[in-house]
Amino acid sequence: MSDWYRDFANSGFGTTITKQLGLPRPGRLRRYEPGTPLLPGPAVVGSAGEGRLRDTVAAVLKDAGVTVQSPVTADGATDGEKPSAVILDATGLTAPGDLAAAHDFLAPAVKRLRATGRVIVLADPPADASSPAQAAARQALDGLVRSIGKELREGSTANLIYVPAGAEASLASPLRFFLSGRSAYVDGQAVTLSVAELPAGADADKPLAGKVAVVTGAARGIGAAIAKVMARDGAHVVAVDIPAAGDKLAEVANEIGGTAFQLDITADDAPERLIEHLRERHGGVDVVVHNAGITRDKLLVNMDAARWNSVMAVNLQAQLDITQALLDADGVLKPDARVVCVSSQSGIAGNRGQTNYAASKAGVIGMVRAWAPAFAERKATINAVAPGFIVTEMTAKMPLGTREVGSRLNSLQQGGLPVDVAETIAWLSQPGSAGVNGQTVRVCGQSLLGA
Amino acid sequence: MASNTKPATRKAAIVGGNRIPFARSNSKYAQASNQDMLTATLDGLIARFGLQGKALGEVVAGAVLKHSRDFNLTRESVLGSKLSATTPAYDVQQACGTGLEAALLVANKIALGQIESGIAGGVDTTSDAPLAVNDDLRRVLISLNNAKTVQDRLKALGGFRPGMLAPEIPRNAEPRTGLAMGDHAAITAKQWQIGREEQDELTVRSHHNLAAAYDRGFFDDLVTPFLGLARDQNLRPDSSVEKLAKLAPVFGKGDGATMTAGNSTPLSDGASAVLLASDEWAADQGLPVLAHLVDGQTAAVDYVHGGEGLLMAPVYAMPVMLARNGLTLQDFDFYEIHEAFASTVLATLKAWEDPAFCKEKLGLDAPLGSIDRAKLNVNGSSLAAGHPFAATGGRIVASLAKMLHEAGPGKRGLISICAAGGQGVVAILES
Repeated sequence: MSDWYRDFANSGFGTTITKQLGLPRPGRLRRYEPGTPLLPGPAVVGSAGEGRLRDTVAAVLKDAGVTVQSPVTADGATDGEKPSAVILDATGLTAPGDLAAAHDFLAPAVKRLRATGRVIVLADPPADASSPAQAAARQALDGLVRSIGKELREGSTANLIYVPAGAEASLASPLRFFLSGRSAYVDGQAVTLSVAELPAGADADKPLAGKVAVVTGAARGIGAAIAKVMARDGAHVVAVDIPAAGDKLAEVANEIGGTAFQLDITADDAPERLIEHLRERHGGVDVVVHNAGITRDKLLVNMDAARWNSVMAVNLQAQLDITQALLDADGVLKPDARVVCVSSQSGIAGNRGQTNYAASKAGVIGMVRAWAPAFAERKATINAVAPGFIVTEMTAKMPLGTREVGSRLNSLQQGGLPVDVAETIAWLSQPGSAGVNGQTVRVCGQSLLGA
Repeated sequence: MASNTKPATRKAAIVGGNRIPFARSNSKYAQASNQDMLTATLDGLIARFGLQGKALGEVVAGAVLKHSRDFNLTRESVLGSKLSATTPAYDVQQACGTGLEAALLVANKIALGQIESGIAGGVDTTSDAPLAVNDDLRRVLISLNNAKTVQDRLKALGGFRPGMLAPEIPRNAEPRTGLAMGDHAAITAKQWQIGREEQDELTVRSHHNLAAAYDRGFFDDLVTPFLGLARDQNLRPDSSVEKLAKLAPVFGKGDGATMTAGNSTPLSDGASAVLLASDEWAADQGLPVLAHLVDGQTAAVDYVHGGEGLLMAPVYAMPVMLARNGLTLQDFDFYEIHEAFASTVLATLKAWEDPAFCKEKLGLDAPLGSIDRAKLNVNGSSLAAGHPFAATGGRIVASLAKMLHEAGPGKRGLISICAAGGQGVVAILES
């Protein structure tokens, strides 16, 4: 589905019109293509206070072949290639006064940022601060980054990564993700890392090589996109969907060289059957993506029990039951397993007519947060992604006006694509993402809803 | 002559199967060709077992009703599927025995070590049926084509008569008797005094068993939806003896007629496929072994002059196969007797119970005896599912293999399928 308005706004005539009328000017997003460099241009790295992440950042950039530029001062030279990324190491903040250094570094650098650029701020978690002043300074970054996200144009994004002491090694995978085209529609987000043991030597092109990944709801839409991205990244995908969707499911499985497993995940024996299948056919599972979801919209006062119960059963209870059964089954869930659950913007912001859906999707966020410590103990992780306005067959059926307005209510001024959600899930599934646990990452282009 | 001893070979494993839901004639699959259905069925099987791009030993399938363009139906379907194009294929046709015969052919090659893996299948459409120009018009057209001069052409065309435009329609009738299969079955039903009520009861059981199997997810890994159909279209979960009793007989004549559209299988469209392999190949691919195909036997009867019923050949095949395997009719945990007509199943069972018939016709000292009806067609059969002729064998083999696997190791299942032309195929599966 093409974004006709974005294409128009980026045409010669459209540029003039939209500028003069003050209309939204959505930029083309930079999406990941295998074999392309991490960044199209150089990166500028700076710090506020005495940062402790310079080495980690330098290693990631060097590994990816990215040229690093020195910080540009307000009166400094503006020659040289424009940067594709601006990275601020703010782990040295001690008090709000230090934030001036952040401003000094960011202002000239962001001014020179090219289209589809990335602004990434690294900081310590406010909760770990040694004084209220330090906590205030760290928390201030949240407002700063979110505001930068809203000021950036032409498909550029700004995100914040909180790196606790000792979790430096955990930074590499999230830093690569936020710099890359994989995070095209992730904007204005804050992710908090945790201390984790990182596996050695991952294949950058095939980070999921040798892994078995289950994707529920894989017959179409976002689920099919997840299956495809997982397969592209090297995983063998066990594509799961209800038996009635089996023909589409088989098409997806055949396209990606995976296997189709028809299963109603709400059936009483569904966890048992899934586990049996994984044990018999694959000797276990490395990645589980709980994507299957349904909507049964009605205003609360008009909602019958069937609508409420079916949405809860598919969107939340099945995720709980299958995950619990996997944890209980000996040797099926691999020690470094990744579980990724699909939540929704509705679960964060609420949505009229979606009390059931929003409740189920908010429940998912609570679930991953609560399960994270238990997963960390087995060197596994559990996270959620919350898609915003994603262009699918479902949104294509919305009335034009509703769809156009809905898709523009975010900093990137456009709807995301199923592949944007899929890329985020595939990233969370990587062995190198061991230090991202219990998080809910929004894939919403910094939506105005629930922000 | 049938062999009385079994040579030392390995047994072919049944890994799993796939079929599309069976549709009633001229309905959901009216626009689908045999090749469309067989290709979709293969692709469903490929997706289930991750066979994309793999070269298998061979694919064997067939259709009873074929267009002339379907001369290489199975190979063309393989080329259209996700299998490697280097997978050989051939067609077989043995009327309703096609699917099971195909499985035996693949299993035998595996047993002999000639191949390590293969797919057996079958497909039929009674909707996209081959209509041919009638023989008289065909002769005119051939003469016209052969004519060299204008004069010859005009002469050839002069032979044309408007009546020649009537097409040749394939009929569900025996060429040598002109009787429909149902009429043949009605003769047998009368001969064996098969009552209306017991036929209707068997039919209701078939519908209820099939519906229950769907409801508990039994077919989740046996069926893949096709063209908007997710379950067999003929299935009537609320079927009852009372409802069936209201139907008027359609086969046989007079007061004694018992066979209705309810207790006879409807014309239907569909396809099925079964993946067979050596144990080693299955293990190598990380695929399960549901059961092994132990043995099979085909028989034929002289229904034209010999006085035997058209669909009674399996009755003759069975004792030969049982003796060769040192088994009795009671040594099985599941029985799959194809329900061409409810009366056929009942006549078959009655014949095996009849001391005189077993002695005179089958040459046995004692009758084969009766079976535990609770073990018969426990997940439904053709009366409920429908019966696209060549697809029935694959449906039964895959379902029975799964039943045996669920029941645990060392369980035995028996298959009996009657076919047009007075033929029948039986087989033994074991988990």
